[in-house]
Amino acid sequence: MTAETRALGRLLLGPAVALLFVWMIVPLAMTIYFSTLHYNLLNPGMEQFVGLENYIYFLTDPAFLASLYNTLVLVGSVLVLTIVLGTLIALLLDQVVVGRSIVRLMVIAPFFVMPTVSALVWKNLLMHPVSGLFAWIATSLGLTPIDWFANAPLVAIILIVAWQWLPFATLILLTALQSLDEEQREAAEMDGAGPFSSFLYVTLPHLARPITVVILIETIFLLTVFAEIFVTTGGGPGLATTNIAFLIYAQALIQYDVGSASAGGMVAVVIANIVAFFLVRIVGRNLEA
Amino acid sequence: MARRVSPARICVSTAAAWLVGFAIFFPILWMVLASFKTELEAFSTPPSFLFFHWTLENYATVQQRSDYLQHAFNSVVVAGGSTLIAMLIAIPAAWSMAFAPSKRTKDTLLWMLSTKMMPPVGVLVPIYLLYRTFGLLDTLGGLVLVLCLGNLPIVVWMLFTYFKEIPKDILEAARMDGATVGRELIYVLTPMAVPGIASTLLLNVILAWNEAFWTLNLSSSEAAPLTVFIASYSSPEGLFWARLSAASTLAIAPILVLGWFSQRQLVRGLTFGAVK
Repeated sequence: MTAETRALGRLLLGPAVALLFVWMIVPLAMTIYFSTLHYNLLNPGMEQFVGLENYIYFLTDPAFLASLYNTLVLVGSVLVLTIVLGTLIALLLDQVVVGRSIVRLMVIAPFFVMPTVSALVWKNLLMHPVSGLFAWIATSLGLTPIDWFANAPLVAIILIVAWQWLPFATLILLTALQSLDEEQREAAEMDGAGPFSSFLYVTLPHLARPITVVILIETIFLLTVFAEIFVTTGGGPGLATTNIAFLIYAQALIQYDVGSASAGGMVAVVIANIVAFFLVRIVGRNLEA
Repeated sequence: MARRVSPARICVSTAAAWLVGFAIFFPILWMVLASFKTELEAFSTPPSFLFFHWTLENYATVQQRSDYLQHAFNSVVVAGGSTLIAMLIAIPAAWSMAFAPSKRTKDTLLWMLSTKMMPPVGVLVPIYLLYRTFGLLDTLGGLVLVLCLGNLPIVVWMLFTYFKEIPKDILEAARMDGATVGRELIYVLTPMAVPGIASTLLLNVILAWNEAFWTLNLSSSEAAPLTVFIASYSSPEGLFWARLSAASTLAIAPILVLGWFSQRQLVRGLTFGAVK
C-alpha cells in the first residue's frame, strides 16, 4: 500500500473519528466535572467543589438501592423472558410452517413500534383494570382483574419491554438456527438422538454464541429503559418503577440537582462499561475470523 | 435434501406458529381496530372486536386538534436528516477501513462500538446544559445533531461489514482492463455498495424514528417528533383511547412497512456483524 493511499485513508476516516471523539469526551468530561460540584440549577452561581460528596450522597441514597434493584429485576426478567420465549418461537418457526414469512412479519412487528406507543397502548387498551382487554378476559374466566399499574407496576413494565424485545431475540436466534447444518442434525438423529437430546447437544451449543450476543446487546439497551417508564408510571408509585436511568433523569430535570445527577450518570457509565467490555471482546473476536 | 415431514406435523407446527404470531401481533391489531371505533366503543366492556360502528373521525380529530402533520414532519426531518448526515460522514470512513485497512483499523472499529455503549443518561446533564446555553433545546437542528452522533457508530459498523464483503480482486481486474480510479468507483464499486448503503439507511431511519430518550428530554413542542407527541397522550385528563390509537397507528404505520422490508439487515446491523 502506498503512503498516498494511507494518507487518503486517514483523511476519509478523520471526520468520523474526530466527531465521535468529541461526542464522547466533551460530555463525559463535563459529567465528571459536574459530579464533583455542589451545583443546583435553581441556585445558579453557587457552584462549589465538594470532591466525592455527590457520589457518597448518590450511592447511600435509599433511592439508589431501590432503583438499582429495579434495574436488575427489569433487565434480568426481560432477558429471561425474551431468551426462553425467543428460543422456543425460533425453534417453532424453524419447522415446516405454511405461510412462515407472514408469521415472521407478525412476530417481528413489535420491534418497530416506538416505545411511547407500545407503553401507552399496553397501559390503556390492554392493562386498564376496568376497560382493558386483559380485565375483560379475566372477568370472563371468573377471575378478578389485576390492576397492573397499582399492584404490580414493575411487572407491567417488564411485560411491555419484553414484548418489544422478544422479536429481536427471536429473529437473531432464528437466523442462527437457519445456519445450523441440516446434515449435523440428521447425523445426530441417525445416531439415535431423540429430539430432546439432539436439541441439548447439537442445537443448544450452536445457539450459545448468538444467545450471548442477544444477552449483551439487550443488556446495553435495557439498562437505560426510559420512555416506557416516563409515559406510564413516572417512576412510581413511590419508587416502585424507578430504574437508574429514570432516577438520574429525575434528579437532573425535575430536582435540577446537577451535581448528584452527574455522579449518578457516572455510576451508570461504569455499569454499562462492565457489560460493554464483554460485548466488545466477542465482537472483536469475530472481526478476525 | 429436505427432511421428510409428515402432514400431521406440518399441520401442528403451522397452527402453533400462526397462533404465536397472532398473539404477538395482537396488541398492534387491537390498537388499529380501536382507532376506527368511537371513544365510547373503544372504552366499552365487553369489547367489540369487529362489529362496531367503523369511523374515520378519530383521524380527522387528531389532525385538527393537535396538528399531527407538523409532528410527522418533525419526525421525517429528524430521522431523515440525522441518518443522511451520518451516512455522509460514515461512508468515507467505512470505505477507507474496508479497503485500506491499517494496523489500527480493528481498534478504531471497536472503539467506535464502545462509544455506542455509553448510556445516554450518563451524558444527559451536560448535553442538556449545552443545549440550553446554545439555544438548541426544542429545535430540529439540535435533535438532528444528537441523533446523528448517537447513531454514527452503528452506521459506520454496518457499512463496514457490507463494504468488507466486496471482493477486492474485482478492483484489480478492473485496473488490468485499464479502468481509471474514477471509472472504477462509478462502474464497479458503486453498484456493489448500493445494497449495503440502502439497508444501512433504512435501519437507521427506523432507529432514529423510534428514538425516545433524547427526543423526550430535548424537545417539548416546536420540534417535537411523533415519539414526544404520542407521549402527550399519557396525561390522565387527556386520555382518549380511540384518538390515541389513531395517532399511534399513523405514527407507526410507515416505519412498520419499512421495518418489514429491512428485517434481514436488522439482525446484522444490531449485532454489529456478530450474527449474520
